[in-house]
Amino acid sequence: MGRIKAKPEVCMGCHLCEIWCAVAHSKSKHIIKAFLYEVDKPLPRLVVEEKLPLTFVLQCRHCAEPDCVAACISGALSKDPQSGRVIYDADRCVGCYSCVLTCPYGSILINPQKRGIIKCDLCAGLDSLYCVSHCPNEALTYEDS
Amino acid sequence: MYPYILSEFIVERREDRCIRCRVCERQCANGVHLFDSELNRFFTTEKDCVGCQRCVMLCPADALYVRPRLADYRPNGSWTRDQMQNLKKQAATGGVVLTGSGNDKPYRVYWNHLTLNASQVTNPSIDPLREPMELQTFLGRKPDSLKIEFNGGKARLASEFPPNVPLRMPLLFSAMSLGAISYPAFKSLAMAAKEAGVLFNTGEGGLPVEMRGEYADHAIVQCASGRFGVDEDYLNCARIVEIKIGQGAKPGIGGHLPGEKVSDYIAQTRMIPRGTDALSPAPQHDIYSIEDLSMLIYALKEATDYSKPVSVKIAAVNNVAAIASGIVRAGADIVAIDGFRGGTGAAPLVTRDNVGIPIELALSAVDKRLRDEGIRNRCSVIAAGGIRSSADAIKAIALGDDAVYLATAPLVAMGCTLCHKCHTGKCNWGICTQDPFLTKRLNPELTSRRLSNLLRSWEHEIQEILGGMGVNAIESLRGNREHLRGLGLEEWELNVLGVKGAGE
Repeated sequence: MGRIKAKPEVCMGCHLCEIWCAVAHSKSKHIIKAFLYEVDKPLPRLVVEEKLPLTFVLQCRHCAEPDCVAACISGALSKDPQSGRVIYDADRCVGCYSCVLTCPYGSILINPQKRGIIKCDLCAGLDSLYCVSHCPNEALTYEDS
Repeated sequence: MYPYILSEFIVERREDRCIRCRVCERQCANGVHLFDSELNRFFTTEKDCVGCQRCVMLCPADALYVRPRLADYRPNGSWTRDQMQNLKKQAATGGVVLTGSGNDKPYRVYWNHLTLNASQVTNPSIDPLREPMELQTFLGRKPDSLKIEFNGGKARLASEFPPNVPLRMPLLFSAMSLGAISYPAFKSLAMAAKEAGVLFNTGEGGLPVEMRGEYADHAIVQCASGRFGVDEDYLNCARIVEIKIGQGAKPGIGGHLPGEKVSDYIAQTRMIPRGTDALSPAPQHDIYSIEDLSMLIYALKEATDYSKPVSVKIAAVNNVAAIASGIVRAGADIVAIDGFRGGTGAAPLVTRDNVGIPIELALSAVDKRLRDEGIRNRCSVIAAGGIRSSADAIKAIALGDDAVYLATAPLVAMGCTLCHKCHTGKCNWGICTQDPFLTKRLNPELTSRRLSNLLRSWEHEIQEILGGMGVNAIESLRGNREHLRGLGLEEWELNVLGVKGAGE
């Protein structure tokens, strides 16, 4: 199970990872169409933490023993034993936000558009990790453990 | 006071593309873009735009265009927009107009008037991908004659060889000090020089102690008029020691690193108190003659146990050939000449744009003079200031150069767009700044790769051209003006260059 690692010393706080994460999870995957024309506004699954000049991005760590999965009351969050990913099933989510409260990294975000959460899925089904491949300064790397 | 200065750039935002991601706003250290979340639109302060194109290149939706705002004044061949704006700046401040980077005035670029030769019929050209092509260059004094002893059928070199430094290709990174440029930029140059088998120059800002173990073997250390960071270990760890007399962008002018840029790290490396201005006097205060220069050269040779070549760097000015001759006779092993298109972190505009001569003419004059005097072998000549491409480097070598110093070209490879605002300390590309939020924009891992690629491209291109000429070593081209022809040059220019006109 690999992990996305941030390098704060070369993170320049441009927020392009957020933008491209939102595109990756949009319907059209087209940056202009997604932001200007799609009904559901594209939302990023990660957050750039800032205390200038320090900036770095933090997304779900896909923990080995995830607190969010333990806290989930409806079985919407589960740890996939094969891929190691913490997977979110929107259909089973009741929007209690227990996961949001328990995540030690603050990496589970409340979905402002409909009751539920959004979180990093390591770009499941896409050809690359959008935040990593679009970082202009190689401040994000994917490291296989 | 109202400045009466026109904006230099027009910032155009294509609303049909802009996704309001605010990347432009975060990337601009000059505060040109300001997002108003209430109105969901941007306001633009064009007068603060320096045209560095950072926002344009980072915009993920290609929604931005930054274009020069050309002369809005009544057109006038003599009183150009720049001339008028400078007068207004002076009227508003009473100060010297400052600038950065290199001379951008449309003086003749002689490289553009020199063409290269190629083999046809009478001698074969060489394919560098199939046959060896030697670019290795040695910097340093060569002996006046070679004595070879034969002993029992074996030949042995009997003459003592002065210290020489090998380069994989005749390219070097020119002096850019830590302080003038950011630590990541400085480190990227060192990493790329190591990777490519060439040298980088520390400039006069010292070499951080923790970099010495890994990179000193690829460093030229400078001893300039401010003597910043100079101690015994600094001199002894490097491959070449260089005395900086002048700089092409500002001949006759010293340096001034403002106190705000002298952070803890820079203060430690330069061995000065934090926050104090780092002032490099215009002259070296112990050098008022060739004899004084000789004393410093030999002091440095003593300090380094005669184990390294000592270089002397001067700006290309009038009588450069006679000055270079004096430098060689004073004991220098390398003469570096910096032409008037060389860059700087900060200089008075009037100096940068008006003082000095082009490197092409200076280089050729120096090479010719040293040959005429029979002392060309006593030194290597390095040309600097305005070498933009591998073609310029090849032409310099054909004019008698040993290796070229590159500074603006690697900066452009890092991201620099020559906006000429180095002196403001707000470089959006993270190169010429000490602001910790801006310097992070250079990732040395990534930037050094770009620089190594640049050197590798030039290496291949130089090999291609040499192959086309039918020579298989850079030594065969060095000073061989038969491989050059002048186009559109006047008689006196051809004479100074020592080059025939095209067709001759």
